[in-house]
Amino acid sequence: MKNKQSYSSKTIENRFEIFRVIVAIGISLLVALLLIMFASKQPLNALKWFLAGPIMTMRNFGNVLELFIPLTFGGLSIAVMFQCNQFNMAAEGSFFLGGLGAAMIAVGVKMPSVIHAVVALLAGALFGVVLCLIPAILKVKWKANEVVSSLMLNYIALFFGSYILQYMLMDPDAGYIASHSFPKSARLAVIIPKTGVHMGIFIAIVMVVLTYLFLYRTKWGYAIRITGQNENFAKYSGIGVGSTIILSQIAGGALAGMGGATQVLGMYTRFSWVSLPGYGFDGIIISILAKNNPKFIPLAAFFLAYLRVGADIMSRRSDVAPEVVSIIQAIIVVLIAGKMFLDTYKHKMIVKNSQRQVKEEA
Amino acid sequence: MNAVMATIFSASFLFSVIRLTTPILLAALAALITDRAGVMNIGLEGIMLCSALAGVVASAAFHSAFLGLIFAIITGVVFGLIMAYSALNLKADIILVGIAINLMASGGTIFVLYSICGDKGNSTSLKSLTMPSINIPVIGNIPVLGSILSGHNLLTYIAFLSVFLIWLLLYKTPLGLRIRVVGENPNAAESVGINVRKIQYIVLIISGVLASIGGAYMSMGYMDKFSRDMVAGRGFIALAAEALGTGTPVGIMGSSLIFGAADALATNLQVLNIPVQFVQMIPYALTIVGLIVYSVMRNRKEKKIGISK
Repeated sequence: MKNKQSYSSKTIENRFEIFRVIVAIGISLLVALLLIMFASKQPLNALKWFLAGPIMTMRNFGNVLELFIPLTFGGLSIAVMFQCNQFNMAAEGSFFLGGLGAAMIAVGVKMPSVIHAVVALLAGALFGVVLCLIPAILKVKWKANEVVSSLMLNYIALFFGSYILQYMLMDPDAGYIASHSFPKSARLAVIIPKTGVHMGIFIAIVMVVLTYLFLYRTKWGYAIRITGQNENFAKYSGIGVGSTIILSQIAGGALAGMGGATQVLGMYTRFSWVSLPGYGFDGIIISILAKNNPKFIPLAAFFLAYLRVGADIMSRRSDVAPEVVSIIQAIIVVLIAGKMFLDTYKHKMIVKNSQRQVKEEA
Repeated sequence: MNAVMATIFSASFLFSVIRLTTPILLAALAALITDRAGVMNIGLEGIMLCSALAGVVASAAFHSAFLGLIFAIITGVVFGLIMAYSALNLKADIILVGIAINLMASGGTIFVLYSICGDKGNSTSLKSLTMPSINIPVIGNIPVLGSILSGHNLLTYIAFLSVFLIWLLLYKTPLGLRIRVVGENPNAAESVGINVRKIQYIVLIISGVLASIGGAYMSMGYMDKFSRDMVAGRGFIALAAEALGTGTPVGIMGSSLIFGAADALATNLQVLNIPVQFVQMIPYALTIVGLIVYSVMRNRKEKKIGISK
């Protein structure tokens, strides 16, 4: 019956999703182009650095890969929580606390190498879990809105961390607000010389695979996805909705915390975060770009890392501020999240396809 | 401890409570009006930040504080429209739209600030203006009370006046009735011929106006310049104030005053010997406590009337 010319509606829809993402990215880049034209005295020069800068030297490309690591963690963390339809923003605070927890272990205890790093990473994950759990428990127990509570928790996490840093970890000889320096046993080794790309990139890739398997190949992942799609259906089919929500937030918190730990142990020699790093919020953009599917998270994280590094290079070589990226991101998010964006076009394609199918069958 | 008590009961402290309540109250009213029509506007933080910048830039460009305010409000309306179009026409989840607006605002304002002033921190190089302070004739002369209530920024009085205006709108006009019906049950509203989308467009625009006045207050009243991330979570605190205020304008005024007091306390307690971080936590921690209290109360009420699942 079927030949090459006609597809099922499902295939068209899947292909259409990819097309939609590309159009959304295209439109947002176009807006960025216009903004740069408007803001810069030498727009072509600025554009050149923005688009080609990251691949011009190995060091710049190294920067993209360095940024890819925390963005992947952020994206994975949000993806697990959003799959359960929980808009928990505490990933941001978890990322921060994860870095703090790892720093506490790195500075506070002596252990043989590798084991030290592993313990520090797990401590980071644990810190992340604790924070992300709070909005989940409030939601399940009292139906308290998780968006508001998690946004507030981010501030509390920040002030808590800054207290610990100032009163417990601070090295008075550092010359700035920073912890004592991490021993070599706890740090993640650099794997590409002359760049800062570290072991964390492998950890990130492993986590992508594990998160995918967790969400799509285990019964817990299935419960999370069903709960996210339709809570009532999940309830009637005997899924414990409350515990499923909590489980998804534990997983998300662990990923964010581990991301923070990886970032701190891989990129720095001391803990010196005095503001929230932003990777949790970046995770939202990445997760939406990847349709909350861990499979596509690395691609989305790479794309965003490329944009950021490009914008950064541009700001150093021209008169445009790198924050132009934040406008690109917002447009992408809205267009991809907009279910009706290009919908009439999709509809037409499906109708045309069906008509063709009918003709062929006749 | 005596020092704390003396601070809290001084007229200048109560004056600063009102001062700090202003932006939270305006944003909480903005949250209320959308919430009553069944839309959750979490983009308030971003809208406030963008209007704060718009107000400063326009007031410097036109040498007029009022034109600055007008441009801030236009900015708020534009963002309200963007949110409405994305959420109602493109059918994007309104929470994601709000998040997108917040993310855009914190970077976008810095981008614009840098393009205009060549500075990423604040707008000191712009000769921007502030809205005038008002001395209330009779009340201003009463001792103590006068020094608490009089002499505030014009926008502060507008904020408290808005409480009354929003109450009037919600409970005494046909539009208000429609807003409440849409929020209660959009399908029922549709079935009696109310254009749900139109109502939700209207509330998002009103919400944009209120939030933008709150933003303008930050940069043209509370401070006399724009500085990066100056809204500092007040748009989020407002969401909690709205929840805690049980969805009525007067309740929201009360809860906003609580958060304003917490904010003022945080500023005033910094002289004491407590680690500054714990003092800074107060407004945010209180917000979470408030959210829990509100949720528990709501659940009890729902159980009582038997609609709890």
